[in-house]
Amino acid sequence: MGFQLENVISIKDFTKKDIKFILKEAEKMEPIARSQKTSKILSGKILGMMFYEPSTRTRLSFEASMKRLGGSVIGFSEVAESSATKGETLADAARVVACYADAIVIRHNAEGAARYISDIIDIPVINAGDGAGQHPTQTLLDLYTMKRIFENIEGLKVALIGDLKYGRTVHSLAYALAMFNVDMVFVSPKELKMPRDIIHDLKEQRISVHETTKISDVIDDIDVLYVTRIQKERFPDPEEYSKIKGAYRIDAKMLNGRDVIVMHPLPRVDEISVNVDALPQCKYFQQAFYGVPVRMALLKALIK
Amino acid sequence: MRKPKELKVKPIKNGTVIDHITSNKALHVLKILGLPDGKSRVTVAINMESSRYGSKDIVKVENRELESNEVDQIALIAPKATINIIRDYEIVEKWKVHLLDEVHGILKCPNPNCITNKREPVETRFYVINREPVILRCHFCERLMGEDEIESQF
Ligand SMILES: Nc1ncnc2c1ncn2[C@@H]1O[C@H](COP(=O)(O)OP(=O)(O)OP(=O)(O)O)[C@@H](O)[C@H]1O
Ligand SMILES: [Mg+2]
Ligand SMILES: [Zn+2]
Repeated sequence: MGFQLENVISIKDFTKKDIKFILKEAEKMEPIARSQKTSKILSGKILGMMFYEPSTRTRLSFEASMKRLGGSVIGFSEVAESSATKGETLADAARVVACYADAIVIRHNAEGAARYISDIIDIPVINAGDGAGQHPTQTLLDLYTMKRIFENIEGLKVALIGDLKYGRTVHSLAYALAMFNVDMVFVSPKELKMPRDIIHDLKEQRISVHETTKISDVIDDIDVLYVTRIQKERFPDPEEYSKIKGAYRIDAKMLNGRDVIVMHPLPRVDEISVNVDALPQCKYFQQAFYGVPVRMALLKALIK
Repeated sequence: MRKPKELKVKPIKNGTVIDHITSNKALHVLKILGLPDGKSRVTVAINMESSRYGSKDIVKVENRELESNEVDQIALIAPKATINIIRDYEIVEKWKVHLLDEVHGILKCPNPNCITNKREPVETRFYVINREPVILRCHFCERLMGEDEIESQF
C-alpha cells in the first residue's frame, strides 16, 4: 500500500513513496476539486480546525477539500476565538477538539505544536504551519504543481529565490526536492542565505546545489523560479532593504521569451510584478488551486 | 588492604572515580553533581595525560555513588567517561557511561519559540543524531543543539 503516515507533521517524515502516493491520489481528486464530479467518501466525517494564527489560503483550502469530499468542518480561525485566551493549555484544547472531530488541522505560532498534540491525541493531526517550523502540505502542493506542469519532477532545475534563511517553505521544499534528485540553485542576498546545515544535508545526499546572489546568473538555465518574499523586518536599514528588494523582483521583461515557470507560495506583495500575472510563465494561481486536490488526497489517506 | 599503585593523590576508601572525562570538561561534571557542596571531599584533575585519548580530566568524589540520571547527564558532556565505584579502596564496579539514542527531560530546548518552552505540560525530548561531537535534534521543533548549547545548561 501507498501511505503509511498517521499524521502529517513534517516533510521529513515522508518517504519518496509516501509523496508519490499523495501526488498520484491528488490527480484523481482534481475533477472533484473542480466541481466536475461529486464525492461522498468523507460524508459524516468532521475536520477540526485549530487556527491559532490567521491564514486565508491554507484554512480555506482545507475547508474546501473537506467539503468537496462530503465532510464538514468545525473549529476556530484565530486565537481570540480559542480558549487559549482563558489560559487553557494547547494539550487540553486538542483533547477536547479530538472528542468532536475525526482529524485535526492545526496552525500555531510555536514550533513543534503539531507534533506535540499528535503525541497526545489519537486522531490524525495535520500541521498547517507551526511558527517558523514546518508546513508540509505547502511542500506537497509545490511538488504537485511541478509534477502537473512537467510530468516528471526528477531532473528538473529549480531556483529558490528570496529569503532562504527564514522562509520555512523553502527549507521543506529543498528537502523534498532532494528526494527527487532535483538540481537546486539558491538565489538570495548574502544576509539571507540558505542555512548551512541544510546545505550540508543536501550535499551529503549528493544533490547538486549552487548558491548565487543574482537571478541573472541562473535564469537562462532553469525550469522553475520559486520566488519568496523578503521581509522588511530582516533589514535594520530601510534603504538597504529597498535596494535588495529591487534586485530580487521578477517582472515580465526578465521572463520574455524564456522557457521557465514562476511559482510563489503566496501572498505575493511586490516581489513579482503584476505584469507577470497574464503571462504563460505565471503558475502561482494554478499552484494555489492545487492546494485543494493535494489536501483532499491527504484527508482521504488519513481519515479512516 | 591493598593500595593501588602509582596514584598521584591519596587513595579514597569509598566513593566514585569518574575517569576519561573529555579534557577540560571536569567543571561541567562537577556542576551536574552539584559540587562543590561545602562538605564533600572532591579531587579534580584537569588535562591529565591519557594513553588512550591523549588527554583527559578525572573527578574523584568520596562517599558518593552516582544516580543513574546523573550518569546520563555526564554522558552528554563526556561521552567517553568511565565510572569506577570504590569500596574499601578497591574498584568494585567499572562501567562506561552511555549516551542513549534519546535524551528525555534533562535539557531545555534552545529555541525560545519551541512548544516545550510555552508553559505546556510536556517533557523535552531530543534525538541523538551525532555522538562525536554530540548533536541533538528536538523531537518537537526539530531544532539542532550542539555541544556549546548543551554545556551552557550545566
Ligand atoms: N582507591 C582509589 N582512590 C582513588 N582513585 C582510585 C582508587 N582506585 C583506583 N583509582 C583511580 O581510578 C581510575 C581507574 O583505575 P584502574 O586501576 O582501573 O585503572 P586502569 O586500569 O587505567 O582503568 P581504565 O581501563 O578504566 O583506564 C584511575 O584513575 C585510578 O587512579
Ligand atoms: Mg587508565
Ligand atoms: Zn524544540
